[in-house]
Amino acid sequence: MTSGPASLFDKILAAHTIKRFEDQGTLVLIDRILLHERTGSVALASLEEDGRALAAPETVLATIDHIADNRPGRPALSRMPGGEVFVEAMRQQSQRAGITLYDVHDRDQGIVHVIAPEQGFALPGVTIVCPDSHTCSLGALGALAWGIGTSEAEHALATRTLRIPAYKQMRIVLTGTLPEWSTAKDVILALISRHSARHAVGHVIEFAGPAVDDMPIEARLTLCNMAVEFGAFTAMIAPDEKTFDYVEGRTFSPEPAQIAEARMWWKTLRTDAGYTFDQEIRFDVTNLAPMVSWGTSPEHAVPVDGTVPEDIPDDSRALDYMALRPGQPLAGLKVDTAFIGSCTNSRLSDLRRAAGILRGRRVAPGVKAICVPGSNAVKRAAEEEGLDRIFTAAGFEWQEPGCAMCFYAGGASFGERDRVISSTNRNFEGRQGPGARTHIASPETVAWSAVQGRISDVRNWAKTPVRPPDERVS
Amino acid sequence: MSEFRKHKGRAVVMAQDNISTDQIIPSREMKRVSKIGLGDGLFANLRYIDAAKGGRTPDPDFVLNQRDGESASVLVAGANFGCGSSREHAVWALKEFGFRVIAAESFGTIFFNNCAANGVLPVVLTPEEVSALMETVLAGSHVKADLEAQRLMAGDLDFSFTLPPAQREMLLKGLSAIDVTLADKPLIDLFVAQDQKLRGWLYKTERPSNG
Ligand code: SF4
Repeated sequence: MTSGPASLFDKILAAHTIKRFEDQGTLVLIDRILLHERTGSVALASLEEDGRALAAPETVLATIDHIADNRPGRPALSRMPGGEVFVEAMRQQSQRAGITLYDVHDRDQGIVHVIAPEQGFALPGVTIVCPDSHTCSLGALGALAWGIGTSEAEHALATRTLRIPAYKQMRIVLTGTLPEWSTAKDVILALISRHSARHAVGHVIEFAGPAVDDMPIEARLTLCNMAVEFGAFTAMIAPDEKTFDYVEGRTFSPEPAQIAEARMWWKTLRTDAGYTFDQEIRFDVTNLAPMVSWGTSPEHAVPVDGTVPEDIPDDSRALDYMALRPGQPLAGLKVDTAFIGSCTNSRLSDLRRAAGILRGRRVAPGVKAICVPGSNAVKRAAEEEGLDRIFTAAGFEWQEPGCAMCFYAGGASFGERDRVISSTNRNFEGRQGPGARTHIASPETVAWSAVQGRISDVRNWAKTPVRPPDERVS
Repeated sequence: MSEFRKHKGRAVVMAQDNISTDQIIPSREMKRVSKIGLGDGLFANLRYIDAAKGGRTPDPDFVLNQRDGESASVLVAGANFGCGSSREHAVWALKEFGFRVIAAESFGTIFFNNCAANGVLPVVLTPEEVSALMETVLAGSHVKADLEAQRLMAGDLDFSFTLPPAQREMLLKGLSAIDVTLADKPLIDLFVAQDQKLRGWLYKTERPSNG
């Protein structure tokens, strides 16, 4: 390495560089690997077929989340047609390979990117990969974490390494203070809609600045989660005291005797003064409005009190799919369903904020509303606080942890042409079911829109009187 | 692994940006713990009018169902092709259908890497080149790709492109990336042994049995 100023990314990369190639690519040590049944089972099957062993099975953690059934009282096998193949394969392969599996009925099962921080599997300064694109979420803890394809997963499993090309680096500095009703979700949607869904292709993003420092860890996870929707290789945030406190004492965190040593290194993981990024974006979040998407790419997002842009051709495929017109206001659009869940927004703080909106209120008649906690740990904690009762009293279904309706796997999904207000990360065509029209937003906006039966500006929540309190709410 | 040196074939145009891996292979179509049997589900929601119900009735408006679409081996698309989900099934489905070359303005990063690992050549062209290529293809020209020379040709067009050397070599030689890396196993083992001393705190990997 050169001796000039280094970035957070440079420092973690340097600590993992086994070999450099002529093309500036690097062979990096992969500290930890995450698998889920949907793609992990395919990688493991392919390795078995090729007769290859895992280099370090003890560094692998697997979960069953993507096609796990979400209905209360779920069976250990997926009810999704054909889903049991993946679930069963994952179980048997994990056992054969000696991999820790968080199975459907495990007390800590959950969405892979939710349980990785919870279990202390993702830590500052580690390299961590998963054959799943939202692995970038884990950069929020100061890990170098990224999503890979199945072939790369096989490579990582068989060699404990991956070869990565030289990436450009972009710093996104968030200044100012987020208004009360705007969240990390709104920040990332605003960034993507301003700069396009491919703006960060080929880049590692570092989020920095006072508004990032202010964010709790769970908000940072939301922020980094959607870096892939910006096109980025991954995103990261320098670990700070909040991070150190967060990671301490978890299942795979360092032993108490070693934490001091770990912290010493973690404290060095920040970009040096004088480092020049390939690109820098500064964004003052002080006046940021809650965002909502109107189209079929996360870049199709506007403030909730805004309209579909005027300059979209009337016959645009996105507008046709979403049944909208240029210039049409988003607020007021009738929704059929509301979904709170996914690796973007299904952590305890997300559920707390949504419950705060729902307390004493009811979902509008005719709206189907579902809440799926990101993990069993989240679900347990939420139930201990009574959040489940607030959700169910409001008319939400309270379901079992997993990816659920975040993506349509042929099992449960939303109806054709249903308009869905959703706390997920992708509004692609067919993502939540064939023909389903997804509007992505923060959990607050989802909750408030469910109550109103229409896409609604959560900033009006406090101004709207509560209907007579429901008896069942304590 | 499969090699890629040169290829000549019929091309089709999908003149959209942001075609995601969800569109290339809907998750519903990924039914097996296997890389095969995916070609039929390629672009299912666009290709079949009744795909949502598992049907296979061709939608006549979709390019692969039109004249010679079935025999296409080159795909020309807009920007950010293969964005979204990391599912490698997208490349497997494209390849099983018969695609060997994808030319676009830009690609989803994970998708791009997956192409080279599976013998499919991703070619990045400028927006102007992509539109010229689309026009030429729509006029009926075949497309030729030569990876050694890093050139893409169709009709009167002759574009040069570049591929990162690692991917170029993998494609040219049809190498398995795993075998290439395992040749360095002693180096990796040595690195791990040293790292264990430096970052002992990381090497806690037992889950307490109480779960
Ligand atoms: S919750 Fe959705 S985006 Fe997240 S890992 Fe699951 S399917 Fe992917």
